[in-house]
Amino acid sequence: MITAILFKTILVAIIFLVSLGIAAYSTYAERKVAAFMQDRVGPDRAGPFGLLQPIADGVKMFTKEEIIPNASDRILFILGPCVFMLTALMMSAVVPWGKSFDIGGVEFTMQVADINIGILYIMAIASIGVYGIMIGGWASNNKYSLLGAIRASSQMISYELAMGMSIVAIILMTGSLSLREIVDGQMHGKWNVFYQPLGFIIFLVCAFAEANRAPFDLAECETELIGGYHTEFSSMKLGLYLFAEYVSMFISSAVISCLYFGGYHFPGIDSLDLPQNLAAIISVAVLFAKTLFFIFFFMWIRWTVPRFRYDQLMKLGWQIFIPLSIINILATGAWMTFVK
Amino acid sequence: MQLTNRSKVVVKKEMTWAEKMYLPAILGGMAITFKHMFKKAATVKYPEQTREVAPVYRGVHVLKRDEQGRENCTACGLCAVACPAEAITMEAAERKKGEEHLYREEKYAAKYEINMLRCIFCGLCEEACPKDAIYLTDRIIDSKYTRSGFIYGKDKLVEGTAPEERVDITKRKKKYEFS
Repeated sequence: MITAILFKTILVAIIFLVSLGIAAYSTYAERKVAAFMQDRVGPDRAGPFGLLQPIADGVKMFTKEEIIPNASDRILFILGPCVFMLTALMMSAVVPWGKSFDIGGVEFTMQVADINIGILYIMAIASIGVYGIMIGGWASNNKYSLLGAIRASSQMISYELAMGMSIVAIILMTGSLSLREIVDGQMHGKWNVFYQPLGFIIFLVCAFAEANRAPFDLAECETELIGGYHTEFSSMKLGLYLFAEYVSMFISSAVISCLYFGGYHFPGIDSLDLPQNLAAIISVAVLFAKTLFFIFFFMWIRWTVPRFRYDQLMKLGWQIFIPLSIINILATGAWMTFVK
Repeated sequence: MQLTNRSKVVVKKEMTWAEKMYLPAILGGMAITFKHMFKKAATVKYPEQTREVAPVYRGVHVLKRDEQGRENCTACGLCAVACPAEAITMEAAERKKGEEHLYREEKYAAKYEINMLRCIFCGLCEEACPKDAIYLTDRIIDSKYTRSGFIYGKDKLVEGTAPEERVDITKRKKKYEFS
């Protein structure tokens, strides 16, 4: 019991630090990817290849002057970025990071909480995430911030539906809400993306919308809303907002890999019959490779596709994705009932 | 009247079903951005690398010395008159006994200032100069914190006497040899 608690605590600490580390280096990678795609060099002054840039950015954020507007709601103003960061980190609790380790005859699963409604938990936490934006935008007492917050919440409502319904199709196929069972159902290369291509596209686009990433970054578009919900934020509170966006990008990349790309499974490696601990290490590496690819994919899209107009966003969500995801559910259900 | 064949007739047509999906277009765009990841960056990392400039580039001025290291300038003021931006000011002085190794002729510029914020780098000063004293070079102005820092005096304009401190202006000089 004690060892189990100790292991979970260490695992939580590791996941926390890894999430933050990957988020920090995502900011660096984002700038580098943007630079390479635009035939530039990108940050290369801080350390070799600019590798110390995230640290320099962090120091900058911490040492900036902290401004809380007079007319703002002080408590909510401080609560906003905290909620955003908290929810972004909380999502990592149910992600199965790898196969279980075997240390001294005791099994240690690489998952903080294998709750049997893992996917529901992810959806719930993801929708709480928008509260961080809403609270921050509302508490700023600034028209632009409020507009950004309104956009974020309406965007969240429109895309949550389609996202949930594209997941329903997967649940129909797996017969379980547990993320680990969904991942284990995709063993031997039977990745869900091959069975649910439409569902995957819907989920991917909705994930972009949920993470407030381009082309759906309407809540914070600089050109229209001067930064949107974080207009009034400065210093590390702004840093938390920007940082939490990268954390949630990391976690949603991991969730996409788990739901559609076999999570920690890779065809061929499962049948190699490796010793358990080695297999566990490889499985973690496999999941991270997939996750990092999706982080790159997020950036790739950001520097390719221009931002949607607000009405286009709403039209895409309500008139295209929701009907498509309903058709997807019906088709999957019919297939599961009559063919399989 | 049609002048070129480049004009394109714009038709506002309904998009086809495939075009409305946008996915092919997005994938095409992603292919383009991915290709660019492997292209050479156009960046010139300035302090370490400098871009090559044209041979007739007009940068910061230099006040030349002759072979014996004496200043060429006689403070005749023709450059100041020629200057369309009125950037040049000078004060003349008479050469004393014992200063023959410093100044080539009996009159010299005791003070010679160019306001680099006024200067438009047209090169009329070097055209006006009868004594081969002022030339524009391929050097550029450093950034400064104050406006007064941009008024370059003789300490910055006159080239040094040592061979390595001499400023090469042969490229600029060639321009005048032809005309």
